[in-house]
Order: sequence, then C-alpha cells, then structure tokens
Amino acid sequence: MNTSLKLAEIESAQLRSELPEFRVGDTVRIHYKIVEGDKDRIQVFQGIVLKRRRAGSRSTFTVRKLSFNIGVERTFVQHSPRIDKIEVVSHGVVRRAKLFYLRDLKGKKARVRDRKDA
Amino acid sequence: MNTNPGIIGRKLGCTQLFTPDGTIQRVSVIEAGPVVVVSKRTQEKDGYSALILGFEERKAKHTTKPVAGIFAKANMTPKRIVKELRCSAEFAAGYEPGQVMKLEDLFTIGQKVDVRGTTRGRGFTGVMRRWNFKGFVRTHGTHEYKRHGGSIGTNMTPGRTLPNLKMGGQYGDETVSVLNLKVARIDSEKHLIMLEGGIPGSKNGLVLVRHGIKAPRAKGGKLRTK
Repeated sequence: MNTSLKLAEIESAQLRSELPEFRVGDTVRIHYKIVEGDKDRIQVFQGIVLKRRRAGSRSTFTVRKLSFNIGVERTFVQHSPRIDKIEVVSHGVVRRAKLFYLRDLKGKKARVRDRKDA
Repeated sequence: MNTNPGIIGRKLGCTQLFTPDGTIQRVSVIEAGPVVVVSKRTQEKDGYSALILGFEERKAKHTTKPVAGIFAKANMTPKRIVKELRCSAEFAAGYEPGQVMKLEDLFTIGQKVDVRGTTRGRGFTGVMRRWNFKGFVRTHGTHEYKRHGGSIGTNMTPGRTLPNLKMGGQYGDETVSVLNLKVARIDSEKHLIMLEGGIPGSKNGLVLVRHGIKAPRAKGGKLRTK
C-alpha cells in the first residue's frame, strides 16, 4: 500500500527499533504480554518464523511450533507494545520467503538447517 | 440544521496506531488545517450565524477580483477552499476573522464525530457492483446474460416499470456522511486528526468533520467524551 509521506511519518513513530533482526526460518522466542483483568503476565512462544509481512508499523510475522504434536501458528504484530522481547534462538537456512511447506511435513522432515556462520 | 462545530480537511489515508496497552486502533488520518476563519455571518447582518473557513493557499493570479476582495478584507492571502459552516452564535463568538482553528479546542480524544465526504467515483456501473445483485449462473447455457439483473417488472399490471428500481447507472462520487467515529488522536502541531474507522472518499479528498449529531449525550445535554 502506498502511504503518503505524512502517513509514513506517523507510522515510523510507532516502530520499535530495539527488537532484534530475524529472518524467515529462524527460531525465535517471543515474550508476549497477556493482560488478564488488571494483571498482566508474560507468555513465551517459541517456534520457527514461517512468514514475515513487512509493512512498516503494520508489519506482522507468524511463528509455528508443535505443541503436543499439534501444529500451532501464531501471528504477532511486530511493533506491538505487547511484545515484551524477542530472542533469536537460532538462525535457519531456507530458500523460501514463506515456509508454508512446513505445515505438510512432520518429524525429521520438518526441520530447518542451522546457519553455520551465525 | 446541523450547527455542530467542525472543520474541513483532507483525507491523508488510513493506518493503524497502538494504544499503550497494545490495542490496535485502525484510523483514518485527516489533515485539517491550518484552517483560518475568513469571515463570519452574524444574526444581525445575515439572519443566521456561521463561520466561513478557508483552507490551503490559492495563487493570487488564480483568484478572481470579487473573491480576492473577501480575503483582502480579512487581511490574508487567498485560500483555495472556502466553506461556510453553520454554527451556533456562541461558537462563532469565539472566533475572529484571521484566526487559525485549533484542533485541540475543537475536539477531544474519545469524542464521537461525523465525517462528510465525497465517495470515490466508479462511473457507470452494472447492477452486480452497484447493488450487489447476484447475476446469473455462469454455466448451463447462459448466453450473454451473466451480469444482468433479471426481470424489472410485470407485464400488463401495472404495464410500466416501477420507479426507484435498482438498475445500472452512476455509482460513487456522491456525498456521504459517516456518523459516530471516535477521535483516536489529535496532533495539533501538524493539524492532524485521527479517527477510528473508515471515511468516504479518496486520498486527498476533501472532508468535513463535525461533532457527532447523534452522539450519545449525558444528562444535561453535555457531550460525553467516552
């Protein structure tokens, strides 16, 4: 979507620059704030980054993990204040921008090779 | 008549904002200003009260002499867009010609406002797009009738097509009001007002933002802000 310069200025003010750089295929731990009534706690979601949508302050990314052998995918709004922190556990080597093929794979096939230099 | 306070502006587009707790607000951004008061209509002189607002610069060579005279009277440069805003006498009393309308005085965050604008013109449009008709089956031998509307009436009784039947025609480019949009944020320095929800028109389209005419009111007629 094209945004005017004035809109881009509003959007850039929302960006969080302190978050680490990560790519599709990386394994990340997302510390996500969950608000329950007036209390909030932090929940950790660890998995492989399946896709990233780069759209300024509207950027999102999707993380997939296996929870008791059931695939769980969660899309996070990247610059949301609800993301407490992002840890990059490992860098993966992938040849696609979107790793939707992982959904059809199981076990050993559903792995992503680690990047050696990282 | 709607005499609620308001301002004119241009739609910049849509984006989203985060509130501190992480909720996303989907907003339309309007650049409303700097809007200046060009002149006033008063009860004594004109029989009603209104503010005449000017927005954006107009080149002097593009200004006709009668129009230029209005601006010369107020001692300001000519404005491209001039709009008369009917308002209460009390509201008009707070403004003098030459004064710049301040957004933070006009609106409060959380307040409900109405936006009037001109929708994007779609030209001559068929019934499927204009009225969401279903069209016809694509297969089973349908021939040159796939996007038609079907029957438009009966034969002898009444022997004519009834008025206001939904048919193809000009779609869009009409004035539309969207009521009760919440003010999400105000940037008075940059003259920006952000409203939760969509507003009519294209980017750079002119819009009129007014206090909500059907906004819920607390006891005593005062506008509720939440």
